[in-house]
Amino acid sequence: MANFANGTNAIPAAASAAPASDEPLLQTVGLTRHFKLGGLFSSQILHAVDDVDLTIGERELVSLVGESGSGKSTIARLLAMLYRPTAGEIHYRGRSVHSLHSRRDLLHYRSQVQMVFQDPYSSMNPVFRVSHGVMRNLKLHRPELGRSERREEAERVFTLVGLTPAAEMLRKYPYEMSGGQRQRVGFAQAVAVRPKLILADEPVSMLDVSIRAGILNLMTDLREREGVSILYITHDIASARYVADRIMVMYAGHIVEAGPTEAVLSDPRHPYTQLLLSAVPDPREPISVSTSPAVGEPPKVVNPGEGCRFRERCPLAIEICGRVTPRLTVLAPAHSAACHVAAAAAGVTADSPS
Amino acid sequence: MTIPSIAPDAGAPAAVPAARGSIASRRVAQAIFRNRKATAGLVILAAMSFIAAFPELLTSVDPHAAIFDQQVGPSAQHLLGTTQVGEDVFAQVIWGTRLTLVITVIVSLAATVISILIGVTAAYVGGMADRSLSLLTDVFLVLPTLPLLIVLTAYLPSGSLTITAVMIATSWAFAARQLRAQGLSLRTRDFLEAAKVRGERRSYIIIVEILPNMISLLVASFLGLAVFVVGFAAGLQFLGLGNSTELTWGTMLYYSQQNGALESGNALWMLAPGAAVALLGTGFALLNYAFDEIGNPALRPVRRRRVKPAA
Amino acid sequence: MSSPLLEVSDLSVDYITDAGDVRAVDRVDIDVQPSEFLAIVGESGCGKSTLLFAIAQLLSPPAEIAGGTVVFKGRDMVRLTEDELRHIRWRDYSVVMQSAMNALNPMKSIEAQFRDTIEAHDDMSRKAIRERSAEVLHLVGIDAVHLKSYPHQLSGGMRQRAMIAMALLFTPDLVIMDEPTSALDVVAQRSLMSQIKELQKRLGFAVIFVTHDMSLVRHYSDRLLVMYAGQVAELGDTSALFEDPLHPYTKGLLDAFPSIRGPRRPLTGIPGSPPDLARPPSGCRFHPRCPVAMAQCSTTEPDLYEVAGIRVRCLLHAEALKDAV
Repeated sequence: MANFANGTNAIPAAASAAPASDEPLLQTVGLTRHFKLGGLFSSQILHAVDDVDLTIGERELVSLVGESGSGKSTIARLLAMLYRPTAGEIHYRGRSVHSLHSRRDLLHYRSQVQMVFQDPYSSMNPVFRVSHGVMRNLKLHRPELGRSERREEAERVFTLVGLTPAAEMLRKYPYEMSGGQRQRVGFAQAVAVRPKLILADEPVSMLDVSIRAGILNLMTDLREREGVSILYITHDIASARYVADRIMVMYAGHIVEAGPTEAVLSDPRHPYTQLLLSAVPDPREPISVSTSPAVGEPPKVVNPGEGCRFRERCPLAIEICGRVTPRLTVLAPAHSAACHVAAAAAGVTADSPS
Repeated sequence: MTIPSIAPDAGAPAAVPAARGSIASRRVAQAIFRNRKATAGLVILAAMSFIAAFPELLTSVDPHAAIFDQQVGPSAQHLLGTTQVGEDVFAQVIWGTRLTLVITVIVSLAATVISILIGVTAAYVGGMADRSLSLLTDVFLVLPTLPLLIVLTAYLPSGSLTITAVMIATSWAFAARQLRAQGLSLRTRDFLEAAKVRGERRSYIIIVEILPNMISLLVASFLGLAVFVVGFAAGLQFLGLGNSTELTWGTMLYYSQQNGALESGNALWMLAPGAAVALLGTGFALLNYAFDEIGNPALRPVRRRRVKPAA
Repeated sequence: MSSPLLEVSDLSVDYITDAGDVRAVDRVDIDVQPSEFLAIVGESGCGKSTLLFAIAQLLSPPAEIAGGTVVFKGRDMVRLTEDELRHIRWRDYSVVMQSAMNALNPMKSIEAQFRDTIEAHDDMSRKAIRERSAEVLHLVGIDAVHLKSYPHQLSGGMRQRAMIAMALLFTPDLVIMDEPTSALDVVAQRSLMSQIKELQKRLGFAVIFVTHDMSLVRHYSDRLLVMYAGQVAELGDTSALFEDPLHPYTKGLLDAFPSIRGPRRPLTGIPGSPPDLARPPSGCRFHPRCPVAMAQCSTTEPDLYEVAGIRVRCLLHAEALKDAV
């Protein structure tokens, strides 16, 4: 079991590079989601997510980092099958998710892929006790359990996430719990059905800073104890660093960089990643010199053309950036970036799929 | 690594006055009795219900018995006087309560149920279903009730059943719009998405997850509708569109008007049922305000205190 | 030491509820020097926003000032009438709210809103108003062409900067800001903070900046006030506080931030949650969550003790002082 007390790196060495097993748990190919804006006759199309290829392995804690409008929450909803993709595919354990039609197949997928939401104040139905979600989840996905067994399981997962005494906590109403406790309930609900993957959509953004550490530690602990993979979606790259084996950086609907956490943070290849890292305030470090006010803000991607979406803000943009959309290209072992300039520096080109 | 355990007492957040959406009935009952408007409204409605249920306890006189002196003013035997044909007005008001209340409650209840079915489904299902249901709602919203009723009276037997049916048909649409609006606002709440991610069926989500959150709006719709129906029904009956052989406050108004009660100095014959209608409406209205206040602490009357500055 | 611009003494704010009065701010003393940048930091329920509103005289029922004074430029604002307040509002001090979308009127252009603000506090010709509006927009780096824009046409960062521009219309001596960056992304936040600091240097106004994010103000504030459960937990020079936090809460807060650079260490956070202010813990309000609580912490309420220029509400330092004496 990982030991934090003596400061050693808690992550098993193998997972820091590529996913542990050969067969990825979940893989997307060209995942795309567009939204139509405006009325019946409008031709405005919002490109929330475009052409995303990502992979999540077994027992992996991967972080998807991006600012608001980057498309990261849309990815979560696509993977949770709350939205249907406009294009592209999602493969779970090799099988395309969209070939699942029967209620039984869909329910099975949902028992394998669970989600934890951002807002602790609206993610639970206020009229029911906090046991409601867990019990319903158990009823739907673990039909082999009888009523008292469900009760026991609910108490087990509540204890697992630190909500003790479990029996007492199960009887509370959401308004009687703090934000941090509610998020723990969210994790308890998810873990109760023994999923393979938990999609955590900004689980700590709305919590006080002193409470976040508890939830972040809970995630790494669940990965160790229950063997579940976690996709940790956040805008806070510092917390991503703290928990994730791998980081994927999203900008304007594209993944612009991906790789092992320390590699991406110590050697960011994409200019956006570099910008992000320079802007993150760190109380323990002196401020970096000459932080000129950054130009512009993340765009709303409506009817975009070809070309890199970061070029307006990029200090390194060259001619090709306006013509050809850069693809995610491997630049170093397991470390890829979607940038013409970075690719050139590594001696490859970024206009064909890697 | 052990997961930090939460000490059981360290969890409770700062005290919240009335839990939003809480359905603990004891809490609701307490809230009702502490609120003056609620208590007043409840008293009125309870009294009316009692009178409707046991009119014989309040008067032994047969309201239809036209045996007394005609057009007599108030006296010891006839608290509110008598009618043109010698019926006791007080007895009529008392006995008229029953049908009046029954019509009010049935119309309000039925219209609320229909508005829930249409409004909430439209909100949650969305898409084409929403568009067609909303169109339906809008059509019914603009239907002119009075002309409709007059036209229908030519074909349907006049009476309480007809006006009940027409009132239901013409009053559900307003609440349906409100319920749809609230349904839409609830729709994006994470706990509904969470239910979807769990794999719940749509019908389950609407009935079990959404509706209980709309209780305050449902109650408010019902009460608001009741206030409206009380006056509306009385008005229709006053115009003679009800069944004049049935005894309600509205029909009393009709007869007193037909027989020139005001002009002939027997104003009480008209004023008494009129006041009764107003009182019943007020009772529902008070309860409606009270529920608003209970549900939304921001609306409660504020007890102010003068600043006592430190020396 | 020049006389302070703002002197808050023994300020308390109560929320009047049916179930009894809840003290949200308890006997707070702060002073702000001219041109000083004071950051007020705390988590949810600590009372920082209530304190801010109390200072700006913007409290509304059920919140009320229950005691104390707020002396601004020599006058106690608590005792001023609404008329007198209107005279100094916006000219001598102004307020920037948390979310521009909540504070800006979505139906009016920026120019119209600036005009409304100016007209409410001064008599200026239309031309002068337009010039001044363009001038303040320029100050915050927004092109004057955006005077004609509506709030929804501007990006989030621009809206916040427009709010700051509006606050500077009369070049006040004090600008009070309530978490102006919380709705922005990290890059825009950094940009806005630099902008605020630069403006402050240029125009010389003092700033009171309320935030829940300590790391944000590290490089910008002169002094830092840490609030907990309605009380001042620690107050002192920013760098000193960050280097060597005295109060266990401040220390816990600092330790709760994951670091982007430097070695990875385990994060512990602070277990439990802030107390219910209607029933605060006995003695020190932080003791149930404090990793170094002593026996007397649950019975004795600590005062604010001064240690090397830092004021800290912790019995650990009362002991230290006693030993030193």
